[in-house]
Amino acid sequence: MIEAITGRYMRLELEGRAHRLYFEEAGQGVPLLLLHTAGSDGRQWRGLLNDAGVTSRFRCVTFDMPWHGKSSPPEGWERETYQLTTARYTGMIMAVARALGLDRPVVMGCSIGGRIVLDLAAEHADELRGVIGLQSAAFLSPYYDTSWLHHPHVHGGEVCGGIVSGLVSPHAPEASRWETLWHYMQGGPGVFRGDLHFYKGEGDLRPKLARIDTKRCPVHMLTGNYDYSCKPEDTEATAAAIPGAKVQIMKGLGHFPMSEDYAAMRPYLLPVLAEFT
Amino acid sequence: MNIAALPARAAAAPGLARWGRDLTADVLFSVGDAAWNLSIHKGVLISTNPAPALMPSYDLAIRAGAEDFARFLQDPPPPGWHDIMGLVRLGTFKVEGNVALFMAHVFWFKGVLALLREPRA
Repeated sequence: MIEAITGRYMRLELEGRAHRLYFEEAGQGVPLLLLHTAGSDGRQWRGLLNDAGVTSRFRCVTFDMPWHGKSSPPEGWERETYQLTTARYTGMIMAVARALGLDRPVVMGCSIGGRIVLDLAAEHADELRGVIGLQSAAFLSPYYDTSWLHHPHVHGGEVCGGIVSGLVSPHAPEASRWETLWHYMQGGPGVFRGDLHFYKGEGDLRPKLARIDTKRCPVHMLTGNYDYSCKPEDTEATAAAIPGAKVQIMKGLGHFPMSEDYAAMRPYLLPVLAEFT
Repeated sequence: MNIAALPARAAAAPGLARWGRDLTADVLFSVGDAAWNLSIHKGVLISTNPAPALMPSYDLAIRAGAEDFARFLQDPPPPGWHDIMGLVRLGTFKVEGNVALFMAHVFWFKGVLALLREPRA
């Protein structure tokens, strides 16, 4: 069996530097741009990209961020420390959308992706059809020392997989759980930690929430109840600061719903997507 | 919590020793006021003897609060108490000493502590 997903590379400039990015897509219709979590890559969306119930109505596209998956870091990476920032992340997403000719896409992201869609809604409302944040909150405090994720005495792949393993729901199918963790184990050195620079520090979006107008850019938030990083109450607190934002708490799901158990997430997601068709 | 049975359960757990293949250490494990010495050799849990009250010697200490650890041990555990990093976020699971040992073998520690959970009859 050959899946309907196609993968290609694009070349584009980000912050004045040449990049080569990998992206995958499936389906036709309303453009739906999908953002992976910190330290992982677009394979997290394999369930959705193989779901004819979605791809029959949406052009679904996911890209690996620079430094992640099959996307290379820019030339000169060996001389710098990778750190994701709000401006870099939003600029990258909008550049990819333009490069692929996505006309007013719906943008759906998880974790860091669920965070950055709030910035997109605040800064680029008229260029978007709406946003969907999975495991989304405007800010989260660090609860462990992330320097261990990039340390010469600790295997990076094993610690990145191990530290997030409990964020997968105990109800997730074993194969999906371990595939989700494998993606983490394959991350480049220091990349997960560099993403967390945005997630646990620089990217505090609480001051921007009041600028989001859900009449111009609808905001949906879906959070699994087994996520102890972005807890349901974290999502609910963020939504309370965005008039018109819609929240669902997904029972039995963790921090990686689209990857750890797409079948369990699907009943929550399809009615949300239907609002954009 | 049957800690005396833990070495046998760990020995029977598929793949657990592989996650600790280079873990050789004495780990002080405490829950509330009770404490044990986990003696580990290359990922094999050798013994779980009560820690001496006076001058215990260890490479790493992991300390759990009694109330939250009891919730962790429930089968199934409630959301948020299902993983020791969830307890870390709650502030009731502390890792002290040579933290690198814990981080380098985090799958092993998560796996072995989850074996303390008694399956529902």
